[in-house]
Amino acid sequence: MLLFIEQLLNGLQLGIMLFLMSAGMTLVFGILQVINLAHGSFYMIGAYVGATVTARTGSFLLGVLAALTAAALAGVAVEILVLRRLYKKEHLDQVLATFGLIMFFNELTRILWGRQPLFMDVPVWLSGSVEFIPGIPYPAYRIAVITVGIGVGVVLYLLFTRTRIGMQIRAGAGNREMAGALGVNIRLLYTLVFGLGTLLAGLAGMMAGPILAVEAGMGEEILILTLVVIVIGGIGSIRGALVGALIVGLVDTMGRAFLPALLRLFFSAAHADGVAASLSSMSVYLLMAGILIFRPRGLLPAHG
Amino acid sequence: MKRFLLVGLMLVFIFADLAQAVEPVKIGMITTLSTKAGYLGEEIRDGFQLAMDQEGGKLGGIPVELLVDDDGRKPEKAKQIAERFIKRDRVKILTGIVFSNVAIAVVPKVVRQDVIYVSPNAGPSLLAGKGCHPNYFNVAYQNDNLDEVVGQYVTDAGFKNVYLLAPNYPAGKDHLAGFKRYYQGAIAGEVYTKLGQSDYAAEIAALRAKAPDAVFFFLPGGMGINFIKQYAQAGLNRTIPVFGPAFSFDERLLQAVKDAAIGVKNGSQWSHDLNNPANRQFVDAFKNAYGRTPTLYASQGYDAARLLGSALKQVNGDVTRLDALRQAIRKADFDTVRGKFAFTANQHPIQDIYIREVVKDEAGNYTNRTVKAVFKDHGNVYVEQCKME
Repeated sequence: MLLFIEQLLNGLQLGIMLFLMSAGMTLVFGILQVINLAHGSFYMIGAYVGATVTARTGSFLLGVLAALTAAALAGVAVEILVLRRLYKKEHLDQVLATFGLIMFFNELTRILWGRQPLFMDVPVWLSGSVEFIPGIPYPAYRIAVITVGIGVGVVLYLLFTRTRIGMQIRAGAGNREMAGALGVNIRLLYTLVFGLGTLLAGLAGMMAGPILAVEAGMGEEILILTLVVIVIGGIGSIRGALVGALIVGLVDTMGRAFLPALLRLFFSAAHADGVAASLSSMSVYLLMAGILIFRPRGLLPAHG
Repeated sequence: MKRFLLVGLMLVFIFADLAQAVEPVKIGMITTLSTKAGYLGEEIRDGFQLAMDQEGGKLGGIPVELLVDDDGRKPEKAKQIAERFIKRDRVKILTGIVFSNVAIAVVPKVVRQDVIYVSPNAGPSLLAGKGCHPNYFNVAYQNDNLDEVVGQYVTDAGFKNVYLLAPNYPAGKDHLAGFKRYYQGAIAGEVYTKLGQSDYAAEIAALRAKAPDAVFFFLPGGMGINFIKQYAQAGLNRTIPVFGPAFSFDERLLQAVKDAAIGVKNGSQWSHDLNNPANRQFVDAFKNAYGRTPTLYASQGYDAARLLGSALKQVNGDVTRLDALRQAIRKADFDTVRGKFAFTANQHPIQDIYIREVVKDEAGNYTNRTVKAVFKDHGNVYVEQCKME
């Protein structure tokens, strides 16, 4: 039972990470109508800049600040230089162009930082474990990740429902011509939305840095799961991204954790382990396929 | 006038002949320099190049030219490079491949074309067993070797209940099989994870629940970094010791995990602190040339170059005499940085294999220290499957 709760927490933590990534990406897709495959690159930029600044200054919080700034600025620059040329183009062109950006950013990090993965550790004040449920010592850093993720969710909710800019973004998502006609500066709005999306990706990358290897190409690993989350949640829907991320995080973790034991009830141990390994790698994709059959537009589609 | 022309022509022929004589022996290096695994090829190339630079562009006194190209870790691309080296550049000696799946795609094709291939890293069981060939030599190790040594060490150290972890692909299963060949105790769990997985929280929680007395894992590259970091963050590195082959503990990866890897014991055929004259000389020269501690991959590149040098010297640079060249290589008459070295019947190394421990040295660098030689003159189990014609 304790193990089950611990695995639930692990699933929740993975889900929160995925939420930060998919919120930004789905926002960009819903409002700008652009499939940005390079979203993972901003995650990587966040991790690299965060790791570098943390190592230089010794302050994790300065690292977070630098990671957020760098990811947002890089996002704004990419929007102005590249994406503006793509809004009128077809999705295939956008996919090709943003795929090109992935390669560009991966090579750029290799040129700037070298081929060796960077080192980044959990800050001292978040190292160690906390036993907030008796019997389950859980790494403090992962609890911090969960907390930050929930905080970001609340801030996004308030931003969209309570502020003027949030209202404009929702209007732009609903009908961009009409919103433009009513005096909303669509160009500026697009840049802001894209910058916000990449900022969230940078935050996710920075928070992943102490747990994962900070290396070129780290963005693509999480990008695939992010795409699954968006498809499950409903493209363009932030609420969908939250629900989808939590489902994917939990299904993936629980599958890896408990499928082997479950299958051992039916097969021999060696056989069960083999089948479980394959099945648990597939579980989220099976889930996605299943949801698409019954809800082709995702669980919580953006419009109507 | 006619005589003048004749003399001129003769002169041209003589010079052309001279030019032919000093034409360096071309060696083609197909290796992985891009992608995040690119540092592996960089190490092999730098080790190889160092051996050449020390002789002023020669190996064994024979001038050589090293052609390097990046396979991007893709078997298809590696095949194309090999074709180009053989057809266009008339290369007779190839080396450099890092990854086993790339080697399996390229090596059988090139050795059939009377080209010598000397592997500085990849040692898949296929090429040691059924797919062995007189033109294929491995100067590094057979893939299972670095797991076998850990299996033996863990058994000797009295561990009785070990938890195993590897990615779910053929090499992952091979490495665990290598470990189990010499490990005698019980297996607490055998888990295959997704290739390229980044978060291991679920596996670590399941592992803790099983309470094994040791963990053996094979997770190359970034996967290993992720696992070691998360394992230490869960506090398990203080209670359940971790073992693995050297691949996750080379001096360059260690800079990305630092304290989290301290105390981990790993199996390797080489370490920079091996105390023999050839090795001391190599490590110093490498540090001078490149400003970093060499990894095992660099030592393999260096040994590959010196092995080829010893053979080129014996055939006096004439790589067209294939039989003589093969025989010269088989003698392995070179000063290896491993102290001693010979070839098995399937042309893989017979060598000592060590257990190393990750430590932080006085200068604050993270590196390996040799603990003990577990195997003396260790070969491989695939010799019997190899039938050379």
